[in-house]
Amino acid sequence: MSNKVKSAALMGAVAAALTMTAHVAQAQEKEKCFGVALAGQNDCAAGPGTTCAGTSKVDYQGNAWTLVDAGTCMEVELPAMMDGTERMGSLEALDRDLPQS
Amino acid sequence: MTRTILPAAPGVGYKPQHFDDILAGAAPVQWLEIHAENYMGDGGRPLAQLRALAERFAISVHGVGLSIGGEGALDPDHLARLKHLIGWLNPASFSEHLAWSTHDSAFLNDLLPLPYTDATLSRVVDHIDQVQQALGRPMLLENPSSYLAFAESSWEEPAFLREIARRSGCGLLLDVNNVFVSATNLGFTPQSYIDAFPLELVGEIHVGGHDTDEDDHGAPLLIDSHGREVADPVWALLDYTLARSGPKPVLIEWDTDVPDWSVLAEEARRADEALSRLRIAA
Amino acid sequence: MSQTAFHHALLDATRPVPQNLTDGMGRPAGRRYAVYRNNVAVSLSEALATGFPATAALLGETNFARLSARFLRQHPPASPLLLQYGAGFPAFLDGIDGLGRLPFLSDIARLDLALRRAYHAADARPIAPEALAALDAETLPAARLHLAPAVQLLASRWPIVEIRAYALGERTAPPASAAQDVIVTRPGFDPLPLPLPAQGFAFAAALRSGMRLGDAVTQCGPGFDPAATLALLLANGAIAAIDTGGAE
Repeated sequence: MSNKVKSAALMGAVAAALTMTAHVAQAQEKEKCFGVALAGQNDCAAGPGTTCAGTSKVDYQGNAWTLVDAGTCMEVELPAMMDGTERMGSLEALDRDLPQS
Repeated sequence: MTRTILPAAPGVGYKPQHFDDILAGAAPVQWLEIHAENYMGDGGRPLAQLRALAERFAISVHGVGLSIGGEGALDPDHLARLKHLIGWLNPASFSEHLAWSTHDSAFLNDLLPLPYTDATLSRVVDHIDQVQQALGRPMLLENPSSYLAFAESSWEEPAFLREIARRSGCGLLLDVNNVFVSATNLGFTPQSYIDAFPLELVGEIHVGGHDTDEDDHGAPLLIDSHGREVADPVWALLDYTLARSGPKPVLIEWDTDVPDWSVLAEEARRADEALSRLRIAA
Repeated sequence: MSQTAFHHALLDATRPVPQNLTDGMGRPAGRRYAVYRNNVAVSLSEALATGFPATAALLGETNFARLSARFLRQHPPASPLLLQYGAGFPAFLDGIDGLGRLPFLSDIARLDLALRRAYHAADARPIAPEALAALDAETLPAARLHLAPAVQLLASRWPIVEIRAYALGERTAPPASAAQDVIVTRPGFDPLPLPLPAQGFAFAAALRSGMRLGDAVTQCGPGFDPAATLALLLANGAIAAIDTGGAE
């Protein structure tokens, strides 16, 4: 393809892009709700910590190595992948011991 | 933008979810405090909100990551970021903590305690000197909440802070809730702490909510959680303090389980009442 | 006592409470020290949960807390800016056994991270789409399009945009199975994750590397039509400037 032909194709693509732009913008209007409190805030609370790991949301000892099938009602059901990978899905297989690091 | 001073009036720790409410009418809140580190990104909504708020309110910048009490040198990158923020915002005040939070390049995100020794004192003074040199202005240093003490400490905290201020020329931020928390936890009377504190150096007062736990011996152990209303004895200690210090800017701190703006405004109204009682008494 | 000793016992609860800490009345500090242990772990874990909302939703609160408790010990923040914390979290998840049924989890974490970076990226005023159309046939192929600082590009074997929306409850239909290239843009202050058309990733990456528009199209292979990707970039404020100068 000559540069001239390429150039004409590019001009055409830009023109086409311009007409598509209006539709693209409309289609995405409703998705703009990212939230204001996002993204890891520093604060100067002494934290929600207590002296007792048992009453805290996080185990400060960091020694629980097992993932549980709990704490979520989220399930992602995916059909088999094109490459033959097995079905992926819920968290049921998370109930396994993690290796000690 | 011109630098103003913080008014001797209620202020509130700013949370982004309150932006619209604050612009719609924040009375009796007259100034806002932000945490420096949350405004060190390159752009976006946080900085746009801060620019808008700074047109309407005096702003206090409160650092939570400088690790002024750290054994190592101050992080030059962080100091540069702070200089940039203070430079363009030109806030009414900058404050940090008598604490450390970074060690061996790890930032631990907590205000960790210091032994009150001569060695700590000269290190903290050196670091404050560096900060004030870099920023070209004096800063305020805040008293911490303490859960334990160091056997090696040879200074009482009020005298320690007074000496830091004398040597460095910095001012002090008096957190009245921290005084109450530390007094309960370490077994001294909060009024005696206030009596010993150099109130003439105080540029700002903090109050906030705390939680209650207990230690190994069943003694009450208060946690500076900033997650609820200011406790009644802390309001009383604020009255006690203001009666001796005169009017000061008083900040409501609420950092965890942050409620609707109306709840913070009500806390600010109580602070305003405390300041009003002072004017009537005078 | 040194801050080294205080620091090491903070993150390792198998170490004893450091010596010479008291309750203020001469007794050992004991569990009072645990307040600091807890504050460090809880605050950093919560920073991660806030920074990786879709990842946290997929794992559930308990699993996320356990994984983040491990991560924060292996990778405490290297800077006081929590808005940047967790850059190594996706790779950390790649190394976790036991996540077999969530093979896309680390890519969701990459998307969470990309959205956060876009949120805090420098502001840029996007060009009007007409500005590109105004270039003549000679200038257009030689032009360089500067992408906005907020733009992030990701390639995944999974439909991560849909999985994220599903995880956050913004979508009820389970995602279809497909590999996906994604661009994150920030038209105003809110980042948008958008699937890219075929070859769109290579095209956008070429533009971002500073390649001229004509060369960027060419290197995507014969038959590549940039119209759809250009429309996506233009409509979502991803192009910050057109550089028509500096001809070779």
